[in-house]
This record gives sequence, C-alpha cells and structure tokens, in this order.
Amino acid sequence: MHKEKDIKIENISKIEGHGSLDIKIADGKVKYVKLKIIENKRFFTQAIRGKLALSLPQMTARICGTCSIAHSTCCLEAVESAIKLKPSEQTMLLRKLSMYGMMIRDHAMHLYLFCLPDLLGKDSILDFDKSQENLIKKALAVKSSGNNLSKIVAGRAIHATFTEVGRFSHIPSQEDIKKIIKELKSVRDYTMEFAQMFYDSNFRLERDTDFVSLVTKDYSFLQGEIKDSRGLKIPEEDYWGHLTRVVIPYSQASGYQFEGRGYMVGALARMNLNKNNLDSNTKKDMSKFINVFPSKNIFHNNLAQAIEILHSIDHSIKILESSDFKEEPHTPIQVKEGDGVGLIEAPRGTLYYMLSVNKEGKIRFGNIIVPTAQNQINMERDIAQLVEKNIDMEKKRLEFEIEKLIRAYDPCMSCASHFLRINWI
Amino acid sequence: MPKKKLRMGWFSFACCEDSTMVFVELLNENFFKWKKLLDIRYARVLRRKNKINNLDVSFVEGAIATEKDAKKLKEIRENSKKLIAIGSCAINGMPAAQRNIFDEERKKEIAFLIKRFKQTDKVRTVKEIVNIDDEVPGCPMDENIFLNILDKYLKEFGINA
Repeated sequence: MHKEKDIKIENISKIEGHGSLDIKIADGKVKYVKLKIIENKRFFTQAIRGKLALSLPQMTARICGTCSIAHSTCCLEAVESAIKLKPSEQTMLLRKLSMYGMMIRDHAMHLYLFCLPDLLGKDSILDFDKSQENLIKKALAVKSSGNNLSKIVAGRAIHATFTEVGRFSHIPSQEDIKKIIKELKSVRDYTMEFAQMFYDSNFRLERDTDFVSLVTKDYSFLQGEIKDSRGLKIPEEDYWGHLTRVVIPYSQASGYQFEGRGYMVGALARMNLNKNNLDSNTKKDMSKFINVFPSKNIFHNNLAQAIEILHSIDHSIKILESSDFKEEPHTPIQVKEGDGVGLIEAPRGTLYYMLSVNKEGKIRFGNIIVPTAQNQINMERDIAQLVEKNIDMEKKRLEFEIEKLIRAYDPCMSCASHFLRINWI
Repeated sequence: MPKKKLRMGWFSFACCEDSTMVFVELLNENFFKWKKLLDIRYARVLRRKNKINNLDVSFVEGAIATEKDAKKLKEIRENSKKLIAIGSCAINGMPAAQRNIFDEERKKEIAFLIKRFKQTDKVRTVKEIVNIDDEVPGCPMDENIFLNILDKYLKEFGINA
C-alpha cells in the first residue's frame, strides 16, 4: 500500500538518453507526474545561428545519435525550402532509402533490445538463456540489415556522410544494391515473427488522445500533409501555427500542445492515420496485425513499429529493384535569402525544422521541434492513469510497469534536450 | 571454474549518444563473441540493474556539464582500472561544449537555464576531470579504433576466448 507514497525513478533504463521521473501520490490520487529529461542541454538552437546553411545538416545531425539521419534529412528539406532549391527525383529516392535504413535499425533496437526483455520477463538481452539465443540472432540480423542499408546509401548509419543539400555525393554501386536486396529479403520472416510477439502481448493502456502525423502517399515519412484523428488537415509549412509551447520548468525540454491539447506523435499515430498507404507486400503478409489499427492502446506503438520495419524493408526492395541510379552533375548552389520549413516523420514522430537564411547564406535563426517534446504531456498523463489504476500494486512492480509504459513511447532524451527557445515572436 | 571475463562499463554524459549507437551496432557482429569475453556491469542502454564497482575497463562517452556528472565521473574513475574516453564530446568537448565559445549575447540568453539546471560555467572534457588511459576519436567514434583498443585491454587483462 502506498496511498501516500511517492515514486522516484532515477535514470530510466533502455531508452535513448537520460530521463528520470517523480510521482507524488496523496489520498490514493496522483498529485503530479514529473517526467524529467535530465539530459543536459546542448543549446543547438543558439549554436546554429550564424552557421552556413549548406553545412547545417551535418551539424544538426549531432542533435541525436540514433535518429541522426532524421535530423539531417529534415534540416536538408528546410534549407532547400529556404533557398528554393528542388532536389532531383533520384535524390528523393535515396533519401527515402536512407530514412528506411534508419527506421529498420532504430525500431529494431527499440523493439528487440529495449522492449523484448519486458515481453520475456528479463531485465536485459544480456540475460537471455541458451533457448533464446536464436531470437537474439534474428533480432541482430534485422537490425544489421537496416544498418547496412544506411551504409550503402548514406555512407554510414550514424552521422551519414553522403547526404548534401540538393544531392547525394555518392550513389550506391550495383554490387552493393544486389547484396542489400538479398539481405533485406533474408530477414523478412524474422520481422513477422517479432510482430507476432508484440501482437500477442497483453500489455495495455488506453486513454483518449489526439493522434497527429504527417500522412504520406507511400508511407515513406517524407512528404505529405499533416492529419489528426479528428480529421484536421494542415499543410506541412503551417504546422507551427497549430502548436502551443508549454514550459516545463523541471525538465530540460519544452512540452507542446496541438490545437490547445495534449497529443501523440509516432508510429501509433502514423499507423492509425495512414495504414492504407503501407507497401502492398506488407499489407498482404501483415494484414492480421494491421487490422488492429486504429488503436488507442499505447503499447500498440510497439506493434506499429514492428509493422513499419517490414514496410521499410518491402518498399526499399521495390525502390532498389526498379531504380537505375546514375551520377548526377554537381552544379554549384546559389544561396538566396529566405525562410523554409522541413517536416518529416522521424522514428519517434513528427520532426519540424524552421530555418531563416540571410543573404550571406547563413542561418539568421531556427526553430526545431522534436517528437519526444511533443509527447511529453501525453506521457505524463498516461503515467498518471497507470498509477491511479494500480495504486495498490507493490512498489517495485509498479515502477517496472511505469518504465514499460515509458519505453512503449520510445522517448529520445538526446533530441529533447537540444534546447528549444523561440525568440522571434 | 567459469572463465574470467573483462568487467566493463559503458557510460554516457552530455552528448547525442552516437558512439553508444555504434557500440549497439557492433553487437550485430560481435554479440556472441563478446558474451564469452565481456561481463557488462554497467550499460544503461541495455539493462536496468547497473553497478559501478570493481570495473576493469570503463568507456566514457560525452562531455561534463554539471558538478553532479563530474562527481559521477570521479566515482567511475575510482572504480575502474582503466578509463577510455569515447568520441568527440568526451575527448575535445565538441559539440556538447559549443556554449563555451558563444558570444556575450548568446551567453546572456542561456544564463537562466545554466542556473536552473545547475550546469557549470564551462562544459569540460573527460580528461579535464580525471586521468584517462586511452581515447577513441571520431564523431561518432571510429569503430576500428574501438575494436583495436578493446582487443588491447582483453590481452592486457589476460582474457581470451
């Protein structure tokens, strides 16, 4: 019984970056939940001012290790929109492939290394016994295929080297393409097996919320229209106008409301709003899992990620089999003054960049909004509901349940703590 | 008698955890080999139950932005026979330490947050606080240099497959 007790979790494990949690309970009710992003601020919003726009994507890639390619891709979009440069079709295809490589690797890390131990009642993949070794082999094979896809398309998976404003400095060789197609095909069955495990899981927490996502025609995370579960449609460049920044004094990151309310971004939101645009092979083989959506169960964020892994594999195979990549001429870029927005779906949800470029081609100011900051208010409310429903649960077990819930959201503390401050309004 | 393993810890401070990700990707090829050689005592990215005690080798990623982190780093040093700085932020501070070179205007803008979150005036590198035995440069760390250094310490501690 801990109707008057407080809960403190220091340094939440198996998430990206550093976070901790304080919960105050009095008279059997949750007084507050403070999810603290304790990753130290690194002040990127200030640091980008005055930097050359053309080199910025390499710099903002360093906001986050695991979703580095999402940051560089979104930044590229914003710079290109500011200087009015339209990348070639081939460049867009290569961007899709580098995003897919990241999705496969990043989702696989989250699902198989961070969440799978929860499903199997273990603390860590390091504690799996002999009979579970085969599962580890399959998990690492899927993760590796994503890592290798990023390597051949973008140079490397973390802080990619081939991505530039308007182009890729290198295109994948025919030999590498053949190899990666074979590798991607070889892990398809494994992704089915893991999706089944998340489908069978009885973890559950439901609460009404608004789901928000960029809806793309081919579920490729890059270009489309913002939609929410109430039917709202917004062009990418207007997204900021629908958000309210909420200062969270105890956390090294801001929170956000969409249309004045808490909301959720991420794989669950994407699957709820855009499952019809998944790859046809994924739809065929995963129809049982896809039929679960739309869902309000936050733990289905994991199942949605499991489906997105296969979609990323299937659509990549199609692009790789049908494209004939050629070296494109490198024309010097004319930098112009202007403002631009980049908006994409990162692994953990909608990522927004607004950049203003001056006539010298340098950044006047910028605004970056990351998924974890957008989910913060929703995460705290879900934790409060979980605690109130299980108020009599033994403390250690309840702490574990809370960590499981936080992991289902797949927060990224490095991203959230890059520091957001909007000072031009 | 169970085989002796290298008691290691993986720690991260202010950074984007890119080297942690490289380490996690190296598991793809090395998981089963390392399971025989390494006793991973501390790695928040992989497990909940972590201990800083009697470590052979600690790998430290990230720069040091608070006294609390400096204290933890000293604790790691006291409990590790060898300490290796991992990646650019740990070795030269950047880009986590970019505020060290901000102009006065920017310093003023962030001053209230430095105070609120008890960050130190300057962001420091790992070796500004403790002695280090080796470093793995790169942003993220160079995976071949890391593998060579790991091999070196496996040999030094007499651990073989």
